[in-house]
Amino acid sequence: MTATEGSLLTAADLAGGGVHGDDPDTRGKFGVFGGRYVPEALIPALDEVASVYAEAKNDPAFVAEFEHLLRTYAGRPTTLTEVPRFAEHAGGARIVLKREDLTHTGAHKINNVLGQALLTRRLGKNRVIAETGAGQHGVATATAAALLGLECVIYMGAVDCERQALNVARMKLLGATVVPVENGSKTLKDAINEAFRDWVSNVEHTHYLFGTVAGPHPFPEIVRDFARVIGVEARRQIIELTGKLPDAVVAAVGGGSNAIGIFHAFIGDEGVALHGYEAGGRGLESGEHALTLTAGSIGVLHGSRTYVLQDDEGQTIESHSISAGLDYPGVGPEHAWLKDSGRATYHGVTDAEAMEAFSLLARTEGIIPAIESSHALAGALKLGRELGPDATILVNLSGRGDKDMGTAMKYFNL
Amino acid sequence: MTTLASVFEKARSEGRAALIGYLPAGFPSKEGGIAAATAMVEAGCDVIEIGLPYSDPLMDGPTIQDAVHRSLTNGTRIADVLDTVEGVAKTGAATLVMTYWNPIDRYGAERFARDLASAGGAGTITPDLTPEEARPWLDASAAAGIDTVFLVAPSSTEPRIEAVTACCTGFVYAASLMGVTGARETVSSAAEGLVKRTRPHTDLPVCVGLGVGTGRQAAEVAGYADGVIVGSAFIRRLLDAPDEAAGLKAVRALGEELANGVRT
Repeated sequence: MTATEGSLLTAADLAGGGVHGDDPDTRGKFGVFGGRYVPEALIPALDEVASVYAEAKNDPAFVAEFEHLLRTYAGRPTTLTEVPRFAEHAGGARIVLKREDLTHTGAHKINNVLGQALLTRRLGKNRVIAETGAGQHGVATATAAALLGLECVIYMGAVDCERQALNVARMKLLGATVVPVENGSKTLKDAINEAFRDWVSNVEHTHYLFGTVAGPHPFPEIVRDFARVIGVEARRQIIELTGKLPDAVVAAVGGGSNAIGIFHAFIGDEGVALHGYEAGGRGLESGEHALTLTAGSIGVLHGSRTYVLQDDEGQTIESHSISAGLDYPGVGPEHAWLKDSGRATYHGVTDAEAMEAFSLLARTEGIIPAIESSHALAGALKLGRELGPDATILVNLSGRGDKDMGTAMKYFNL
Repeated sequence: MTTLASVFEKARSEGRAALIGYLPAGFPSKEGGIAAATAMVEAGCDVIEIGLPYSDPLMDGPTIQDAVHRSLTNGTRIADVLDTVEGVAKTGAATLVMTYWNPIDRYGAERFARDLASAGGAGTITPDLTPEEARPWLDASAAAGIDTVFLVAPSSTEPRIEAVTACCTGFVYAASLMGVTGARETVSSAAEGLVKRTRPHTDLPVCVGLGVGTGRQAAEVAGYADGVIVGSAFIRRLLDAPDEAAGLKAVRALGEELANGVRT
């Protein structure tokens, strides 16, 4: 099939980074960030992914197939919802949500996995592996693998397997093998290490379906491009709804894929402020947080130069967040670049602030957000009070909160 | 300081391959690690690689992960790694540091190169530093007079082998297989082909590592490579030993077996 009029996105949208001159260079660098710090054995595989992707994104048939899956399988376009009762708590600013929570599998992750699953087929590979923290990327990957008939192995920290037992069951039901990772901190970063070890051993027939805009080149670019549909749609929709661009676009930042997904289409719009909210956990002073951009330093983690939570000798410091999806001590290199160039601003939101926004949205609007997305909501509440009642704030509601009910029951004594 | 060049010259004059052993610093303890490396040298290792323990060792298999985790839990710091290098270099073996890039990046490339040279270190092996990102480290190492060893892999194309070998001094590390560190039943058949493909690109010695753990395997690899690299098999002896003395004995026995291997 070919892209029809009114398509969700076109080849130009997918390859749209170049429009603003912010694609990484040939070494995969966003300024000083990004690049490749991986064993030499993986370089040919990364080169292959990069070259097959470069072909695919300019192939109208590939873009059309991706667009078709987004429309007929993922449930795009997702709607915008204005939330006036919630916004009363934000100084009266207009707050509009981009409803990624309404996609199939319940989070924005489906966009990237459908794109990369199609890419896997184009690479001639029949097995995908992925890391997962909360289990959302694992569930999305298992879903796409089931849809396209790919063998699927998910690496998940043993601690996370326990915290997210329901998602483990979902992945198994979808036909995936879930491997609990018992080494290191037994969380997301160790799952990524283990997935890389699998990849280097099985690279001939396996694609590493990376879940966020981090990792070695070309993952930050590919994952961004597949997530980019969020902002492409939202930009069009908010202009339809309000007659103008928003004053600010707001998103939660863990690895950074939902944030880059909604930010990217607005990067060229100088009047639109971009705000990312990281997981502040129990607060900066507690040392128990995932404030990579806000409080980290420049280093190398998982194959990419970026901001990292690390000690004075470059050892990774374990992150903490009530939200497993933001519990990561690194961040995508393009965010590092947006921060240093001043185009985007990053802040922290504590567990308590996020949980307050979580329950507020449920009570005022009848929408239960993911705890990850609740960090963006909490950010919007603060930002609205700063900007005043004339401002319009677009928030990426990146996922729904069904998966978080266990945490919520404990937190609120429900 | 014993240089890599002198080690390979000596091995060549004796008509054999060099034997290179790996141990992470601070394992089983700081002093225990120096003692184990010393036993390896006395048993016949020409070169010792001291691993700099890192929190995210993504190209290492379970054995090295386990040892590194214990070392970090013991509180090993870069100063301890440099002390270990100093202790091992005194044995007369050429002593390298094998490390992921981030600890050097954080410590400062020039400072690390200088401090390693002061400790008597002969150079580094940096498995996740690609030629594209290597310039600062090549410059710092050249200024400090230490060698830079990089890895080629069975998947490396000719242009990649050219780029990697161009960054190497001392020797070229040929990863025998597509996978992580750890002893295997047999040495991958890909190893010999990779060594052959690497030769036209460089005059440096080419050494083979990953999956080598017995005297018989060492002899086989010595048939086509200039050096045989063994890591996990030594660590396994220390992990499995009931106490440090037994571990030292087992490490020495393995070192002798491998040293005989590279001489047959």
